[in-house]
Amino acid sequence: MSEYVFLYRGGEAGRSPERVQQSMQKWMAWFKELGQKGHVKDQGQPLERAGKLVKGKQKTVTDGPFAEAKDVVGGYTLIEARDLEQAVELSKGCPILEVDGGVEVRPVMKLNM
Amino acid sequence: MQPSEHLFRHEAGRMVATLTRIFGTHNLALAEDVVQDAFCRAFEVWKLRGVPENPSAWLMATAKNRAIDALRRERTARIFEPELSRLIRSEWTLAPAVEELFATGAVKDDLLRMMFSCCHPRLPEESQISLMLNILCGFSVDEVAGAFVSTHAAIEKRMSRAKKVLAGSKRIFDVSADSEFSSRLPAVQRALYLLFNEGYHGASAESAVRADLCHEAIRLTTVLLEHPIAATPTTYALAALMHLHAARLPGRIDASGHLSSMFDQDRSRWDSNLVADGQRFLDLSATGPDLTEYHVEAAIAWVHATAISTRETDWQRIVSLYELLMTIRPSPVVALNRAIAIGQHEGAARGLEEIQAITDRDRLATYPFYFAALGEFEFRRKSYDLAQEQFSNALRVARNPMEKEFFQRRISAINKHGNKACSAV
Repeated sequence: MSEYVFLYRGGEAGRSPERVQQSMQKWMAWFKELGQKGHVKDQGQPLERAGKLVKGKQKTVTDGPFAEAKDVVGGYTLIEARDLEQAVELSKGCPILEVDGGVEVRPVMKLNM
Repeated sequence: MQPSEHLFRHEAGRMVATLTRIFGTHNLALAEDVVQDAFCRAFEVWKLRGVPENPSAWLMATAKNRAIDALRRERTARIFEPELSRLIRSEWTLAPAVEELFATGAVKDDLLRMMFSCCHPRLPEESQISLMLNILCGFSVDEVAGAFVSTHAAIEKRMSRAKKVLAGSKRIFDVSADSEFSSRLPAVQRALYLLFNEGYHGASAESAVRADLCHEAIRLTTVLLEHPIAATPTTYALAALMHLHAARLPGRIDASGHLSSMFDQDRSRWDSNLVADGQRFLDLSATGPDLTEYHVEAAIAWVHATAISTRETDWQRIVSLYELLMTIRPSPVVALNRAIAIGQHEGAARGLEEIQAITDRDRLATYPFYFAALGEFEFRRKSYDLAQEQFSNALRVARNPMEKEFFQRRISAINKHGNKACSAV
């Protein structure tokens, strides 16, 4: 088994309370399934959409957001999967895809290669 | 843990009501933004970390923090109550002031206050109901449009007009001012009644939407019942009629998802708990001198809900209740229902006679169940051609696919009878 990070980009919560609830229930159902199959190493954390960016030798500090709204990372999860192909397959169930968001699937580098 | 059903919808009502009390009705849009913002946060956090122990408290606390942010940001740009303006000017008093405005005791009656605010006398009834659905029940404009079988644009327009009127009232309704309270209570009861009816008899195709409307009306009526001065015999009558009708909701759609007439509903699917609740409220409604249309309709619903079958129903009693209702709130639909009850009791010919005697029955020309009633009685007197014709009329004015399907099935059933009659000759 190898580890992968899912980075959730963009995707809206929905404008009406009922839509928010439906989206959330989809996320919970998706995580439940991933968890039952033993793929969730760490459910991860949500990230604020704004923050600071510190850059270069000058250590210049600028305000985030750091990308177009639709590309901002809103959170991450640590996943266990057989290989990249399976990790990608697992990401396809993510409800963020239904609201124009995306999942970036990144293998965690191994210590002993 | 799983969030309870419609958690966000119901919390939206409470939160917007509380924030509107604090910000003033003219800042309703700001209150709605704060709630939307709190929901986005809840969504982001909960979807990854799970729903907290007490989601309502979590949401309210988030709304409070967002409210502090909003007041800090807007304190110079917007007008707030003089007292609040003074307190939010200084960082020392801002947070404690908002803390206090969110204290449990203060929040308690917010939903009730907002309900009364929505029933502003300058608003037409349909606007009052739209506002209630939007503000108190968290329905989006699209969802309200779905409930009323209207367009997004039409509801949007209705809503923005209504919100302007609401904003003009400046302060959220004061439920402790006795005289104003009792003079506006009938409007609130009426709006809740219409909201329930929209769900129960309305034209929306989706049965889920309709059940939602009924449940929302019941939920808001329960809020009235929890408040001593709002829990009048009339409010109890209203609650009774809603519960007794709602008890029959599960039977209206049969196992294969088709609309089912009351005559052939599977009565075992009716909800006996709701019948019991309805009966209890009906008893409580009978304590004062008032006799409203809600009392009479609840009594009719009770006769239906407790009858073993259509045949065993006390139709005589129903006829006299409809006659009583005609004296309180006459309408062609009430007259039609009375005629149908007479037909059940005294035979199809009498039923037809009574329908034809309805003075303003031209107003029923767009009501599909008017033609369906005519068709049903014609069918019973074996006038299959006429029955056919009436059900075709019903089909013509049917308001949604479910009704269409129902009338079509009726037509083909009559066809079979008609053919049998021919071959027998």
